[in-house]
Amino acid sequence: MKKPSKILIAIITVAVTLISTLAYEQYAGSQKSIIMLATTTSTYDSGLLDYLMPIFQSKFNAEVRIISVGTGQAIETAKRGDADLILVHSRQLELEFVNSTYGIHRVGVMYNDFVIIGPISDPAGINGLRSAAEAFRRIAEEGAEGNAQFISRADKSGTHMLELSIWKKVGLTSLKKTQTWYIEAGAGMGTVLRMANEKKAYTLTDRATWLSFKNQLADLRVLVEGDVVLLNPYAIILVNPERYPQRNYKGALMLAKWMMSEEGQNLIANFKKEGEPLFKPIARNIELAHMLGFPEQENELAWYDAQNP
Amino acid sequence: MFKDAFWQEILNITLLSLRVSGMAVLIGALIGIPVGALLGLKQFKGKRTVMRFVDIMLKSIINTFMGLPPVVVGLTVYLLLTASGPLGWLGILYTPTAMIITQLIMVVPIIIGVTMSAVGSVEKSIREKALSLGATETQAAWLVLREARMGVLTSIIAAFGAAISEVGGIMITGGNIRWWTRTLTTAIVIETELGNFTMALTLGAILLSMAFIINLALTIVQVKEARR
Repeated sequence: MKKPSKILIAIITVAVTLISTLAYEQYAGSQKSIIMLATTTSTYDSGLLDYLMPIFQSKFNAEVRIISVGTGQAIETAKRGDADLILVHSRQLELEFVNSTYGIHRVGVMYNDFVIIGPISDPAGINGLRSAAEAFRRIAEEGAEGNAQFISRADKSGTHMLELSIWKKVGLTSLKKTQTWYIEAGAGMGTVLRMANEKKAYTLTDRATWLSFKNQLADLRVLVEGDVVLLNPYAIILVNPERYPQRNYKGALMLAKWMMSEEGQNLIANFKKEGEPLFKPIARNIELAHMLGFPEQENELAWYDAQNP
Repeated sequence: MFKDAFWQEILNITLLSLRVSGMAVLIGALIGIPVGALLGLKQFKGKRTVMRFVDIMLKSIINTFMGLPPVVVGLTVYLLLTASGPLGWLGILYTPTAMIITQLIMVVPIIIGVTMSAVGSVEKSIREKALSLGATETQAAWLVLREARMGVLTSIIAAFGAAISEVGGIMITGGNIRWWTRTLTTAIVIETELGNFTMALTLGAILLSMAFIINLALTIVQVKEARR
């Protein structure tokens, strides 16, 4: 019969295409070291990784695949064994990750800071305050009166975790915040910034994302900055190879080592948006690293420097 | 023009979209058309109430699966393919293959459902006449399927339309990795998040024109068919 043979040809064609596609993916993978990096939206959205990774990739014949999500989700991805290393910013979640033996060799790599931004009209009158907690208290007060709004990331990101810790300081837990002035967006930083601009609301943002988006946000400005609690350190943690031996531990080590090398740290320091540096390196500034929550920095740094993947 | 980094990325994204959705529909058609045809031919219209019950249940289930929420499919496939999931050993999470599997699960019910109703609506007399003229069961089935070819084609187009515009499922299983698993729809999401509206709108326009071209092709075939 003529027709069924055509079907047979079609089936064979599809099978061959599919198998060759799969084979190609495997082959392409075997030629290069493929490194899966789970990271936060801020490092990706600011353009830092798109600037750093091509340099690393061409130097080490590697391909870095980046999953950019909130810190909570990035850690969850690594816990499931779907990433080789993480670059995140939430001390509490990081320590949980290491203590549960999923991650090893947590080390500080860079930092920037958070700022509280809000509408130019500033209905809560927080402009110039030195204390983030005091600013939050005033926003909540004016919010209750119906004069101000606050947009929360509400996505378990590093930014969200910090926001919650500041609310806790002013005695507002989630139960008391379920009011119309407190908007839980469940979105990335860029989206939340644009929402704040539309709604003339307050929000907490990392400075890097703020600087990348500033020229799109005509009605917003930085109101509170410089509080110690607003410092935002980023850590690198390797996924424990004993838990997930199939992961690319060697590649992860290579990337982490490079990020902390003189070259990597200099590149991070030189990454600028509109003339302003977005991240400041801390891997080799032991004193600063200690202050930012990396008590083991010199030991970890020595460990990384001694590795030869 | 295509040496420009902007256009190079758009080309990369568009080709991946076509590859993933095209592959999903192709494999989906190979599974869905035979199953749909079989179900369409075997109308479970026995005299017994049991058979009628089976018929109704089967159709309701297929119709439900035709409207599977992509995010639910994505979540399920993710949980299967994650390294600590049952199929984690395959190591295909966050690859185009994982995205093809996700879309395949979405399109198979669409192809089955539409094919089934197209085959079911072909005049019963055609099959009976063929059988009475000495055709085998297979030959008669083939004849009915030929009669229903417009419906089958529609099922494929509908499946492709659903696949290419899907975002929730492949976002979860592909991870939206630049140069690797970023498709037209997931790229629109990230570019909007980043405020790159030029890029987002360009990708949207490409998506829209692809839908138009496909519908144009379908309409041309239908018009030709009607003239015969």
